[in-house]
Amino acid sequence: MEITVDEDACCGAGQCVMIAPEVFDQRDDDGVVILLDPAPPPELRPAVENAAAVCPAAAISVFP
Amino acid sequence: MEYPFTQPSALEPPAEWARLRDECPVSRVRMASGDETVLLTRYEDVRTLLADPRFTHNLSRPDAARIADSESGGVFNEASLVTDMTSGEGHLRWRRMMSRSFTAKRVNALRPRIEEIAHELISAVQPPVDLVSALGFPLPVFVICELLGVPADHRDRFAHWSDAMLNLTKFKQDELDTAAREFHEFMAAHVLAKRDNPGDDLLSELATIVDAQDGRLTEVELIITAQGLLVAGHETTANMIGKMVAMLLADRSRWEALLADRGLIPSAVEEALRFDANPNIGIPRYVSEQYEVAGETLPAGTTVITNLASANRDGCVFADADEMVLDRRPNPHIAFGAGPHSCLGQALARVELQTVLGVLLDRLPGLRLDVEPAALRRREGLVVGGIEEVPVRW
Repeated sequence: MEITVDEDACCGAGQCVMIAPEVFDQRDDDGVVILLDPAPPPELRPAVENAAAVCPAAAISVFP
Repeated sequence: MEYPFTQPSALEPPAEWARLRDECPVSRVRMASGDETVLLTRYEDVRTLLADPRFTHNLSRPDAARIADSESGGVFNEASLVTDMTSGEGHLRWRRMMSRSFTAKRVNALRPRIEEIAHELISAVQPPVDLVSALGFPLPVFVICELLGVPADHRDRFAHWSDAMLNLTKFKQDELDTAAREFHEFMAAHVLAKRDNPGDDLLSELATIVDAQDGRLTEVELIITAQGLLVAGHETTANMIGKMVAMLLADRSRWEALLADRGLIPSAVEEALRFDANPNIGIPRYVSEQYEVAGETLPAGTTVITNLASANRDGCVFADADEMVLDRRPNPHIAFGAGPHSCLGQALARVELQTVLGVLLDRLPGLRLDVEPAALRRREGLVVGGIEEVPVRW
């Protein structure tokens, strides 16, 4: 599994951090997403896919 | 068709939503002002327009529809609330500056304090009680006041100013004018006082940014921001606490499922947000360029109302859309909007709702509605929706 994030689209909602804190964080100064792990282990797939599905800016892409 | 539509009861959606999603996804409705708008009810149509960075809720242009029955047309039409920070690059700069105060990390750090406030409020009352006035309204006000650095002892005045700002049909013009003037004067004076006596709060921080005079924020923008945050942090979560608890108690097996498994709290909060049949009248968009939606062409200058609550019940996106499914996952509801203008405070709202629900389950496991769900009364006459009173016992 590989993940990319679109920093320009990110609206700082923080849903990804709430759902998968092992994979996502936010910059302290403007709330924009930080991708901690672009290729997380398979056991995190459900959380990562959930985070991508609920992102209000559709800023997370997950590739198999 | 007159809009908003009538609900069969406070927790049930108007029948028109399902019919329009099926038969007429781009429909014409008449607002309280008498002006006509275009109403969107399907998830994809609503989400796509909301997320389109070309358009905003700013209806101050002369050819935009007025929403409320007042002179200006209400909060979306008010030209004095529009600045460089409302749209485009200016909005992005403003948003990034504000977002630091509403990150997941920052709002998660508020959980212990929110819990403490919830415990204090619950300890102060005996059953039977109205959950809205005992907990729903005071809790978010205390939280946003602490965050902004505004004393919460003015909260009765805040509630009135906030209602006036969100007026649809409730207030007369002179009441609106007085409330707008008082609210502005209060906030302007309060921001000045912050400069003499700064604290560890958001308004003090923003006042410093204004004083740097580097183009990031003007004094006018600061006051509009402070008013906006106070109103937004106040009405929406406050109403949602009452509605969430009412929805969970209306079918008590929902409450019992949460008592049996607290791990359901986060997904139950999301489902309550999705299932809310009375969140607001929808979010407007002024479509400033020709726009295609569901096979129709809207000319430039059209005012569109996106009905988020109808979108959240669209069976094309949500299985069993008319059922409250407490462990629904994923739940891509758009109760907070979508795209660059989606709710700035959504992480805070989630933490408040999750925390309040957790404390209620711990403290009042025997909680139940003291009236039939059908007897709950809607708050009327504002652009946001809620329930007047949620009478409970335990």
